[in-house]
Parts: sequence; C-alpha cells; structure tokens
Amino acid sequence: MSYNMNTCISFENVSIKYGGFDAVRNLYLDIPKGKVTALIGPSGCGKSTVLRSINRMNDLIVGCTITGRVLYEGIDLYSPEIDPVEVRRMIGMVFQQPNPFPKSIYENIAFGARINGYTGNMDQLVEESLKKAAVWEECKDKLNESGCSLSGGQQQRLCIARTIATQPDVILMDEPCSALDPISTLKIEETMHELKKEYTIIIVTHNMQQAVRVSDMTAFYNAEAKGGGTGKVGYLVEFNDTEKIFNSPKQQATKDYISGRFG
Amino acid sequence: MNTESKPIFKLRKRSDTEKLIDKSFKGLALIMANSVALILFAIFLVIFSGSTESMARYGLQFITTSDWNPVLDNYGAFTAIYGTITTSILSLLIAVPLGVGSAIFITEDFVPIKIRNLVSNLIELLAAIPSVVLGLWAIFIMEPFLRPFFLFLNKFLGWLPIFGSEPIGPGIAPAIIILAIMILPIITSISRDSLNQVPQNLRLAAYGVGATRWTTIFIVILPAAISGIIGGILLALGRAMGETMAVTMIIGNSNNFSWSLLAPGNTISALLANQFGEADGSQVSSLMYAGFILMILTLLVNIFAQWLVKKIRLKY
Ligand SMILES: Nc1ncnc2c1ncn2[C@@H]1O[C@H](COP(=O)(O)OP(=O)(O)OP(=O)(O)O)[C@@H](O)[C@H]1O
Ligand SMILES: [Mg+2]
Repeated sequence: MSYNMNTCISFENVSIKYGGFDAVRNLYLDIPKGKVTALIGPSGCGKSTVLRSINRMNDLIVGCTITGRVLYEGIDLYSPEIDPVEVRRMIGMVFQQPNPFPKSIYENIAFGARINGYTGNMDQLVEESLKKAAVWEECKDKLNESGCSLSGGQQQRLCIARTIATQPDVILMDEPCSALDPISTLKIEETMHELKKEYTIIIVTHNMQQAVRVSDMTAFYNAEAKGGGTGKVGYLVEFNDTEKIFNSPKQQATKDYISGRFG
Repeated sequence: MNTESKPIFKLRKRSDTEKLIDKSFKGLALIMANSVALILFAIFLVIFSGSTESMARYGLQFITTSDWNPVLDNYGAFTAIYGTITTSILSLLIAVPLGVGSAIFITEDFVPIKIRNLVSNLIELLAAIPSVVLGLWAIFIMEPFLRPFFLFLNKFLGWLPIFGSEPIGPGIAPAIIILAIMILPIITSISRDSLNQVPQNLRLAAYGVGATRWTTIFIVILPAAISGIIGGILLALGRAMGETMAVTMIIGNSNNFSWSLLAPGNTISALLANQFGEADGSQVSSLMYAGFILMILTLLVNIFAQWLVKKIRLKY
C-alpha cells in the first residue's frame, strides 16, 4: 500500500494571499485519513486560513487568492470542474465563533441534513447528533426554541452537532472548545475519539493538552516577519506524530512554543 | 514638588453643570418624543371632528357607495377607496420583487463591486426625480408606450372585470406603473441596508453545511433581514397610498366607478387634492371623512405588517 492511499488532504506548495497580504506561504502538508490532526501555532499565523482553504470557505472572502494545489483523495479541490458546494458537503466545518442559525434548535440540525439530501428519520438524527456533541441534555426540552437562546458554549456544541448531522467525510474544527468549560471540552474530545473511527478530523487549537489528548498528528505553524512586505507570513515549522512533536521536537521554535517559552 | 494638590485627571468628578446638561437633555428628548405623539393625535382629532357630519349622514354607506356628486350634495367614496387600494397593492406587487431582487443583486457578489455601486446609485437617483416630472413623463411617454400592452390585456383578458374596458389614456393601470417606479428606490435601498446588516457569520454557517447560494439567500439571509425589508415595504406602501401629484396627473380623476383597471379612476389622495380647494359645507366634511378612511387604512396595514414580521422573523 502506498503512502498516498492513506493521505486524505494534501497541500502542495500552497500560498494564500488576502489582497496583497501574504497569509500563508509554500505549504506542503499531507494529512492522514481517519486520524485527528491538530494545527497549533501562535495567533495570526494563518491556521484558520489554512483550514478554510480545505473546504473552500476562502472563496467567500473577497480578495483572497490561493496558489498551489489542495488535494482531497487525489482530486484537486480548486480545479475548475469542482463545485465548491459539493466540497463543503463532503468537508464540514465548525467555526471559531459559534454561529447557530437564528432558527429553532431542531431546525439548526435538520437544515444541513435536509440540504444534503438526508432521507432517514429526522427526529432520530437530531437526537443522535445532539447527544454526540454532548448538548442533548441541555436541549432536549427546548428543541423548538431558538438556537441563539443557548449560552455561548452550548451554541458551539450545537454547531458541532449541526456539522456531525450532515455526516461529512472530513470535519474541520477551528478552536471548537475555546468557549467551553472543561467538562464539555472533555465531552467534545470523547466525541472526537468516537468520530475519528469514521471521519478524518482536522482541529485548530491553542490548548496544548487538548492537542496531546485528541490528536494523532500535530502540525506546528509559525509566522515570521517577511522581508520587504507588510506583516507576518505563516509557514509550517514541523509536522509529525503528536507524541514526537511534544516529546522530542526537532525544531527549536517548536520546543519553545510547546513549553510556553514563545516570543 | 507638590503633585497631590494638582490632580492630573481633571474630570474624575463631574461638575454640576455637566450633570445639569445631562438631565435637561433627557427632558428635552422626552418632550420631543411626546410632541410627535401629540401632533399625530391632534391631526387624528381634527380630521375626525371634521368628518363627524358626513359620518352621521352616510355612516358606512359612504364606504360602499360610489356616487360622488357635489351638485346633488351626495357623497360615496368607494371609487376612491377602490383606486387607493388597487393602486397601492398592485404597485407593491410589482415593486417588491423588483426592489428586493435588486437589493439581493447589489449585496451579493455576482458582479464587481463597482458595477453594484453604480446600480445602487442609479436606483437611488430615481428617488430624486420630482413626482410632477414623473407624472408628465407618465402622460406623454410611458402611457402611450404601454398602450398596446393595455389593449392586448383588454382584448385577450377582457372577460375579467379588471380588464373589462378599453384603455382610453389616463387610468388606474398607468398610475400603478408610475407608483411602482416611485416606490422602487425606497424598497431597494432599505432592503439593501437590511441585507448588509445580516452578520457574515450566518452566511458562513449556511455555506459551511453545504448550502448553495440560493438556499443561503432564501432560507437564511432573507429571513434574517425580513423585519427591515418589511419596514421598507411599509414605508413604500405609505408613499403609494399618499402619493398625489403623479397619480392625479395620470389616473384620470374620474368618480364613475368601474372595476376595470384600464378605466380612469381616482384615489383618496387625488380626490382630496383636486376638490379641497373649492369645497365647502358638507363636501369638506365628506373629504375629511375620506381622509379619515385613508388614515385608518394605513393604520390597518401597519398593524398587519407588525403581525407579519413577528410571524416570519427568525428567532434571535
Ligand atoms: N478576511 C481576512 N481579510 C484579510 N486578512 C485576513 C483575513 N482573515 C485573516 N487575515 C489575516 O491573515 C493572517 C492569518 O489569519 P488567521 O485567521 O488564519 O490566523 P489564525 O492562525 O487562525 O489566528 P488565531 O489563532 O488568532 O485564530 C492574519 O495576519 C490576519 O490578519
Ligand atoms: Mg483562527
């Protein structure tokens, strides 16, 4: 079996710009299938940008351009015949800020499932998804109330449930637990362990312990001042098994970052 | 050096004058807000008291009969009420899809931002044309241009009472078209602003679960902006009901009732504008009564719209 068969997402010399501003430069990265991959790195180094490029959410940002290739199971996601809507149906996303629809909790889950053509029992799907996202207890008595009436952390779990309900192949999570208490965080992490049996998960996190707990692979990202240009440009420092990244990092920058001696 | 007696922050304690200004500003705002309500109430009262004579004489018959005859001193306002309702509702029916559609076009990125801004500015310029100019344009250019279409309607759909008469020039139908043009800018600009207010996060959420652009617009973005859009539609309706000059120039000002939209008709505002100057005695009272009905009509529409907004607005 070739190494490629196990690769889910593969970045080949990807650079991303916002207008004239370089956010990510020359990224090469192979994300394995059926595993949890964590992206860590200081704020503003381009983790969200990289994550958004996987399901073509960057298309919605005016002025954002991407060069290089992002391959999903060998298919170039940015080739002209690829429909971004289909990409997003296969690669779901949980955003950094909770963004439930201002509709009922039930409808929040059902909406995505319906537009993905779900034909099964909707009540059951809603219950299962909410349970997996560890928010069923809080929601079960108010499924008809607005998703926006939940607390911030509950909203985020609702958004996770919404993504799970559409049953994508890959789930992208941008700091999904940054607004959650330790108990819900643990529940979400359990969910991730559960989910990785079927899905590939890519998670951005600022929480080192979380990266250690949930991920199999870790990519450390950093930003450096670019000569001549404005601001900082993000680049990949090191990518390896999580265990190796945290126990025996090869790069000094990685060592500094994970031990909190950064900057 | 004595730094303690000279404080660096001079405004830690607020002076009495500042507090007084605060207080009087509050009072001023209260007076202004209440005077608006007072003026509205006063207008209502004056119109009501002016129309009591006619109300006592005709009662509800005033609304259901269409004989408006100052010579015989006999008044029924059904022609004008029918004209007001049909012109305003049908012009809305034309202008709402057009206006909301343009607003969607302007707020989505179908074309580069420069073209969108151009379209948006052109539509707003439409609002700057004085209504008397639009009225002239309607008489000399628009109506002759649309005449073949009206003839066609009469010929093939003439069995419908609303198209049951031969178009002769001025009429309700051209008034509807000119009203639609006049209210288009209000609907477009208010819809555009409310669509722009919808948080970007919500759009991302919809695209993120795999929604297409159309699903996102119709299931998520429009419902999120709906209260603003309905507010705009209401303003437009108010304008359509009250618009006088352009309507009076093109509608024909006829008090002979006809169901046909192709026939000349009247609206309450046109009726008032045309007759108030020379009216006396019970005619004034009847005109007041018609004005009172116009006020009630707008009130009812407002209540209905508030109810509608509550029904279909997304829950935050
Ligand atoms: N929509 C945008 N338009 C312009 N520049 C942007 C946009 N989004 C991000 N950037 C820029 O790209 C760079 C990377 O941003 P990104 O959001 O990917 O960082 P991040 O690693 O996710 O940071 P954080 O950990 O704080 O979320 C930043 O310098 C930011 O200013
Ligand atoms: Mg981020």
